[in-house]
Amino acid sequence: MEWRDQGAVLAVRRHGESAAIVELFTEAHGRHAGVVRGGAGRRMAPLLQPGAQLEVTWRARLEDHLGAYAVEPLKSRADLMSDRVALAGLNAVTALLHFSLPERAPHPVLYRRTISVLDMLGRSELWPLAYLRWEMALLEELGFGLDLSACAVTGTRDDLAYVSPKSGRAVSAEGAGEWAERLLPLPPEMLGAGDGARENVLAGLGITGHFLARWLAPALGDRPLPEARARLVDMLGRTT
Amino acid sequence: MSDATRDIETLIEMMARLPGLGPRSARRAVLHLIKKRELLLTPLADAMHVVAATARECARCGNIGTTEICDICRDERRATGELCVVEDVADLWAMERGQAFKGRYHVLGGTLSALDAIGPDELRIPRLVQRVKDEGITEVILALNATVDGQTTAHYIADQLEGAGVRVTSLAQGVPIGGELDYLDDGTISAALKARKSF
Repeated sequence: MEWRDQGAVLAVRRHGESAAIVELFTEAHGRHAGVVRGGAGRRMAPLLQPGAQLEVTWRARLEDHLGAYAVEPLKSRADLMSDRVALAGLNAVTALLHFSLPERAPHPVLYRRTISVLDMLGRSELWPLAYLRWEMALLEELGFGLDLSACAVTGTRDDLAYVSPKSGRAVSAEGAGEWAERLLPLPPEMLGAGDGARENVLAGLGITGHFLARWLAPALGDRPLPEARARLVDMLGRTT
Repeated sequence: MSDATRDIETLIEMMARLPGLGPRSARRAVLHLIKKRELLLTPLADAMHVVAATARECARCGNIGTTEICDICRDERRATGELCVVEDVADLWAMERGQAFKGRYHVLGGTLSALDAIGPDELRIPRLVQRVKDEGITEVILALNATVDGQTTAHYIADQLEGAGVRVTSLAQGVPIGGELDYLDDGTISAALKARKSF
């Protein structure tokens, strides 16, 4: 068995004295692990940091074997290490993917969005908004997408102001009526509008966080969401 | 297999678990020890027996020593107000080999890691914050590895020390002594460029 692909490093574990088991999010093969010989050594370790983009060749005798990767670096994200909020963003992306993606199931659309958000980290002021939309895409890709197309009560496509915490559907201000207090405020940024104001992004992350915890985590054995996501949200809140 | 042979096999198996040794090299090492019984084997066994009985973590910094408070923490000349935070005892020993740092240390015992579910409470971060308050620390030097986990931990500690009235610094990152630009990865070159200084 042999294939070539590109991928972003999600996690690295030392294997023996000099090798490492590297988990990648690849474009055509999804979340896929493999051994990198010498991966824990001085030459390879800097290339195998979470978020780094690699060109890989995977080889194994049988398809269900762990297999071994031969890696070539494409893009390092080491420059994010000095930016604490961007680094928190990188940690949240890699931790959520490691937490939520099934092994060896391709998600090419999510892969491209992941690379796009990783590329924006620390380079654009709008990266928190891109991160919010990436979380929406993650929910969508894993079958827990929010339905923000029309009001769940009136059917209108205008004046959408809330999200139902139970159904994940949008609700208009008129449709919410006296239930408004029990609904999650919907920032325009989640509808593709708005200017990416930090408080709106945080409100959006409150919504995606609610559904990650309420829908996604129970489907994955009720494990708690990665701490890295909570740290990012906390940091974004403090740096408004 | 006789008892004596079994004992030697057990020793080989134990030695093979050490870093840097495999079954074959462990076998060679044990054979060498047996041949140099008086010169190596007995003194090594005695030294290991003593260390097994006395080695312990320093209650203050986490270094390994033979007393409750390690030599570095007891040395009043090292009360410079500078505290160097390292990930592991091996890092502390590496810093000491350099003989450039004259202050005291704090060993975290690892780094924050979502993958291994290591949070701040699993490390000595609360103890570090307490030491900064109690020991009149003026500067905390974050000497953590230049990895994603290492730098995430460094930023977390800097956050925790915000408002504590202490200067927080970190080791420089960039071109190593003897390093050639052609062989450096993009990240190191980028970090070195960001941290450039007047010449």
